[in-house]
Amino acid sequence: MDKTVAGKVISMNEEGYLTDLSQWTQEVAREIAQEEGIELTDQHWSVIEFLQQSFKKSEPLSIRSLGKKGPVSIKDFYSLFPDGPLKKASRIAGIPKPASCI
Amino acid sequence: MRRILILGAGTAGTMMANHLRPKLRSSDWSITVVDQEKIHYYQPGFLFLPFGTYEPKQLKKPIEKFIPAGVQLVQCGIDRVLPEKNVVSLLDGYELEYDILIIATGTKIAPQETEGMLGEGWRKDIFDFYTFAGAKALRDKLRDWDGGKLVVHICEMPIKCPVAPLEFCFLADSFFHEKRMRDRVDLTFVTPLGGAFTKPTATEKLGHLLKEKRINIVSDFAIEKVDNEHKKIIDYGGKEVTYDLLVTVPVNLGDEMVARSGIGDDMNFVPTNKATLQSLVKENIFAIGDATNLPASKAGSVAHFESEILTDNILRFIDGQPLKEEFDGHANCFIETGHGKALLIDFNYTHEPVEGTFPFPGVGPLKLLEESRINHYGKMAFRWMYWNILLRGRHIPFVSPTMSELGKKYPHEEVKHG
Repeated sequence: MDKTVAGKVISMNEEGYLTDLSQWTQEVAREIAQEEGIELTDQHWSVIEFLQQSFKKSEPLSIRSLGKKGPVSIKDFYSLFPDGPLKKASRIAGIPKPASCI
Repeated sequence: MRRILILGAGTAGTMMANHLRPKLRSSDWSITVVDQEKIHYYQPGFLFLPFGTYEPKQLKKPIEKFIPAGVQLVQCGIDRVLPEKNVVSLLDGYELEYDILIIATGTKIAPQETEGMLGEGWRKDIFDFYTFAGAKALRDKLRDWDGGKLVVHICEMPIKCPVAPLEFCFLADSFFHEKRMRDRVDLTFVTPLGGAFTKPTATEKLGHLLKEKRINIVSDFAIEKVDNEHKKIIDYGGKEVTYDLLVTVPVNLGDEMVARSGIGDDMNFVPTNKATLQSLVKENIFAIGDATNLPASKAGSVAHFESEILTDNILRFIDGQPLKEEFDGHANCFIETGHGKALLIDFNYTHEPVEGTFPFPGVGPLKLLEESRINHYGKMAFRWMYWNILLRGRHIPFVSPTMSELGKKYPHEEVKHG
C-alpha cells in the first residue's frame, strides 16, 4: 500500500516497513523515527547506514553481526533503539523486518 | 582425470555425490567426499526424540551406506581450503587437490558463544535438541520432570530449521496433555524476532494456535547471558525470563573449517550467489545447504531443491557454459502442531507461505498453512522418503526445485515481499 511520509508517496507493507529502499530518504527516516518515539542522532545515523550496507550486500542481519562489526556496541544499540532494536532500526532504515519462515 | 571434492557427507553433500556420479564418466572425473563422522543422523527426528516418538536407533545409519559406488569416502577432519592452490588440507596432514570444490559442511550449535550457557545447568536444566546427544538427554529429563516453567528459546537467527522451536512448543503442549500434567507446566516461547510468527499471512492464520495451546510469548529478546544460579536468561536490554527447564537453540555457526580457510562471513557461512550456488570465493568453488549464507531456510528441503539446480550448474561449468540463475529459495516444510496434526508450508525468497493445496493445485491432497491429520502423516512418512529418495538424489515426484505459485492463495500484492 502507498503512504505519504514526509511529503513523499512511499510504498509500505502492512506493518509499516518500506518495500523499496530506493524510496528512502533521511526525511522519511526522521518521520518514521518520530513515530517510534526516537530522535535521530549521529550514532543512530551510523547504525542506519550500517544496516543499509549489510542489506545491499544481502548479509543476514543479526544482533550478533551488529555487535561484531557494527558502529556501536550491542548495549548502545539497545539504548539507541529501545525494545526490539533490530526491528525498529530496520524500519527506520527502510529495510525489511528480520523474519523467520512463517 | 579431473577431480570433484565434496566437503561434508551430511544431507547436502550426500545428495550431491549421488546426483553427480551417474552424470559424469568415471574415466574422466573422480568424486571424493570428506567427512570425519561415521554416522548419518536423520536430523528432522531430533524434534521428536525428546517426546519418545522415535527411538534413537531409528535416527541413525552409517554414512558410507549412502555414498554411491564409484565415489571415494575419506573419513578425516578438514583443516582448511586453500583456494589459490585448489587444495584442501586435512587434519591428518594430507592434502587433496580438486578441480571443482563443493562445500557442504553445514551448521552447528555453538552454546559456548552465550555467556553462562555451558554453566553448571547444561544438560541438567538447560538443554538443546539440535544435536543427537542433546535431544536424547532431554528425553531422559522429560521422562520424570514433574512440571514447572518450561522456556523454549532461540538465541539468534539464522538457525537450522527456524520453525522447529515453535514445533517443539506445540509438541510439548500435546505431550504434557497426554501425561495429564499440562496444568502443571507453564510454557513460554522466547524469540529474538518480533513474534512467534513474522510473516503476515501466517500471523493472521496461525496466531490463534498459541492462545489455544496456552503458550506465552516473549518477543524481541536478544540473550546476553544465562544466570545458572537464579535460573534465568537475561537480554541486552535488561529483560529477564526465569525458567525451571530451559530448552534453547544456541547460536548456530558454520563449520570452523570455513573460518580457518578465511572464506566465511562472521558466522562462518560461505558467501554464495543465491541464484547459481557458485561461491563468491572463487569460480570453481560451490556451496550448498546450511553452509551457505543464502537468505533461505537452513532446512533439508532447501538443500534438496538446491542439489538439483547445483548439479545442472556444475555440469554447465564443466562444459564452459554460463550458469543458470535458477534457485529461488524454495523451501517446503511440514510443521507439527501437536495432537496428531501438522501444517505444510511452501515458499521461496520472495513469496511468503500462504494457504492452498499441494502438490496438485486445487486437489492436494496436502493442505498448505492449515492444520490437518494428513499433513502429520506426511511428516511421519518423510523419514522413509529421506533415507530412500532424498539422500539418494532421486527426484520427488510432482515437486519441482523452483516453487510453483499454482494452487496458492496470495491475498495481497504487497505480502509477496519476502
